[in-house]
Amino acid sequence: MANEQLSALIDATNTAVQEAKDDLTKLDQAIGDGDHGLNMARGFAAIEQDRDKILAKPLGPALQAAGMTLVMKVGGASGPLYGSLLMAMGKAAPEGEPDRASLADMLGAGVEAVKKRGKSDRGAKTMLDVLIPVQEALADGADIAKIRQVADDAAEATIPMVATKGRASYLGERSAGHLDPGAASSRLLLQTVCDVIEG
Amino acid sequence: MSQSPPTVGLVIVSHSSDVARGTAEMARQMVGDEVTIVHCGGDPDGGLGTDVSKIVEAIDQAWSEAGVAILVDLGGAETNSEMAVEMQPAERQDRIRILNAPVVEGAVMAAAEAAGGSPLSAVQATAEELMGQP
Repeated sequence: MANEQLSALIDATNTAVQEAKDDLTKLDQAIGDGDHGLNMARGFAAIEQDRDKILAKPLGPALQAAGMTLVMKVGGASGPLYGSLLMAMGKAAPEGEPDRASLADMLGAGVEAVKKRGKSDRGAKTMLDVLIPVQEALADGADIAKIRQVADDAAEATIPMVATKGRASYLGERSAGHLDPGAASSRLLLQTVCDVIEG
Repeated sequence: MSQSPPTVGLVIVSHSSDVARGTAEMARQMVGDEVTIVHCGGDPDGGLGTDVSKIVEAIDQAWSEAGVAILVDLGGAETNSEMAVEMQPAERQDRIRILNAPVVEGAVMAAAEAAGGSPLSAVQATAEELMGQP
């Protein structure tokens, strides 16, 4: 991935997260503790602030540095979760330009790290319900339009789910009927990555 | 002068710095200065939440050769504490436990157990017994 693309990704994800801050917070107020928008906004603003330091590195270490920034700056569980995702993706990154197969491997490593960190898996009404199907689509050779569709469908599919992980799980059955905030932010970030790749 | 053996240190992590401070105060009332009890709470901007770097600092302050027990309140406090533990030197990590116990009651029980000079495993077991009550 060219440095310019990484630079564009930092800007685009920060802009997208700042714009979605209130929406993410509203989703989180319904079934969580109402801090997801604020926490994500703080984390991605911190990445933007660290941009020169991050962009001075090759892709792998750059992703690891961005992940560490999220871990240290977010303040909620989404920090270690998204931070672990990026750090594991960075560790799995190839030396040069990643191709589709290596991107799928990187996301696969990221998904495993999120599962481990969150002690969770598919079907618990979390960000994994978006990340896993998108990773599978990427590995299967889906084009960008298809990946967008998978991300969108997967996020919507969390609405009827009953949460078994995270703060929403305290609500039990009452968590059904709401879009999961982590699934929403994962969809947003993946869509933004697609925007940047399409240019 | 004989030195008493080191006691397990405690770290209290809550989303609210008030809850963390109050919990530490309650535990200290039980055990005085026999146990090092460090508290931290609040996100990096001072709102409700937890902060990995504050937790790392708290573990350093509470560090004892007998180990450190961490009490956490909700979701992110646990995830952020796990992250902070993983940032500790490898030789320390085996001697740090995040307890599966309610933060206030767990802190008081853990402090009382630690004050008696019990090892980390006993401090953990005593606090976690609370979760096993019907």
